[in-house]
Amino acid sequence: MKSLARFGTGLSRAATCSLARATTVRALATTATSVHTSSPSAEPVVTPPEGSTISLKSASRDESKFGTRPIYLDVQATSPTDPRVVDKMLEFYTGMYGNPHSSTHAYGWETDKEVEKAREYIAAGIKADPKEIIFTSGATESNNMAIKGVPRFYKKTKKHIITTQTEHKCVLDSARHMQDEGFDVTYLPVNEQGLISLDDLKNAIRKDTILVSVMAVNNEIGVIQPLKEIGQICRDNKIFFHTDAAQAYGKIDIDVNAMNIDLLSISSHKIYGPMGIGAIYIRRRPRVRLDPIITGGGQERGLRSGTLAPPLVAGFGEAARLMQTELEFDKAHITKLSEKLRAGLLSIPSTQLNGSHDPNSQYPGCVNISFAYIEGESLLMALKDIALSSGSACTSASLEPSYVLHALGADDALAHSSIRFGIGRFTTEAEIDYVINAINERVDFLRKMSPLWEMVQEGIDLDSIEWSGH
Amino acid sequence: MTTQREVLSLYKQLLNKAYKFDNYNFREYAKRKITHSFKTNKSVTDGESITQLYNAGIDSLAQLHRQATISGMFTFDKLVVEPLKKHH
Repeated sequence: MKSLARFGTGLSRAATCSLARATTVRALATTATSVHTSSPSAEPVVTPPEGSTISLKSASRDESKFGTRPIYLDVQATSPTDPRVVDKMLEFYTGMYGNPHSSTHAYGWETDKEVEKAREYIAAGIKADPKEIIFTSGATESNNMAIKGVPRFYKKTKKHIITTQTEHKCVLDSARHMQDEGFDVTYLPVNEQGLISLDDLKNAIRKDTILVSVMAVNNEIGVIQPLKEIGQICRDNKIFFHTDAAQAYGKIDIDVNAMNIDLLSISSHKIYGPMGIGAIYIRRRPRVRLDPIITGGGQERGLRSGTLAPPLVAGFGEAARLMQTELEFDKAHITKLSEKLRAGLLSIPSTQLNGSHDPNSQYPGCVNISFAYIEGESLLMALKDIALSSGSACTSASLEPSYVLHALGADDALAHSSIRFGIGRFTTEAEIDYVINAINERVDFLRKMSPLWEMVQEGIDLDSIEWSGH
Repeated sequence: MTTQREVLSLYKQLLNKAYKFDNYNFREYAKRKITHSFKTNKSVTDGESITQLYNAGIDSLAQLHRQATISGMFTFDKLVVEPLKKHH
């Protein structure tokens, strides 16, 4: 009986064991296939009407002779990690695993040294002192820290915050949060190019204004705000100036001292660094004081407690260093491709460039174009071979038109039909050629199906039509 | 003192490694970056600067070797702009 029981258990154990092994094998197999088939199916989603002679399939080439993975043109959402950054990070995942806060042994010292080196590289990008850089989990945390932390610290005397309508969602949401806590928030309007008016800013300033937050480069339209002038106004009125430089760091010239910037948010994954890390610059002289959101062991001058992640910090530092050494090379490349893309797309009739036409206040790597009489979402569906977005990644799941384009004064139709093209360090000229060609073909195709476009071609003014049935 | 022959050999080795990148974007970038770096530093005549640049190139070669190998280990589908090789 006993032996039978033992046999039984033995059997069941063997069975479980083999079952477990089978599961692992299957799990491995699924990962392997998911790596290889990670691109969406090649079948076009939009099919032409029955009996139509027009087709979405390219007539100019044999699709079976080319790959299927889409071209990446969404670097405003996130950028590919530079292999040189990965190379730096691998050191930490393979051997240098010490805690940088362990000051009693060599493992701690070596990672601490690397962390401080990264801090220097990041500070050099904005001409700041390394001691003024605080590592956070990303630009969202940095923005939260600035917009909630500074007013909370000075809440006894100051009750007013100024920001703009085109800020990133995390700034607007933090500001909303502060309104619930009893602060007044002014949302500055922008002109049709996306720039704020300095007079509006001056008029909005009150005696109890504590913070002005204006983003450096807009994530949807790529417009560059006049940071230097805003900084000067803030300094003259003794107000702290925060700027969200997630899209600007390393891409445009920023000097925190010349521009009188007091707080500045940086994100790593927008500059070809790893995801999950960012930083905030906090001026030491004159000192900016704030209430930390995360408290604990007192790391990062007590402003952001928690053990640092040395692999991410070092990768971020290397990415920041590369942004500076590669600045001219990248700038020339991105500007060249951007001009080509703009020329190729704006030659399509009834298209419009969103953003500023002045090259000094427009970042070339972000091209936002509206294609009239087409739904942006349907164009994106027809463009499965190009990874694009109609605006911020945070809102791309909803079909709501972009609030940024609304703030520029664009109507619903125009805001719905806009697409953002992001050009980065790793974008090639062949990709841009492909995109220009593909967009030309698909816009033509979708317009042929559009009754609105037909009416416009017949000379009917769409605004004069009284739509019924609503 | 670095000779012209050594510099040319380094250039060739770097480009060779760059072509081994499986990822299309990284491969094209590496090629572009290497040719650009050698072209811009073509007129450097100072022996010390040449040695310095050469040593940096050797470091890049090692880095490129590691990263091209890693890129070959994690392969993805080819991009829509990439022609597929015939023997596949």
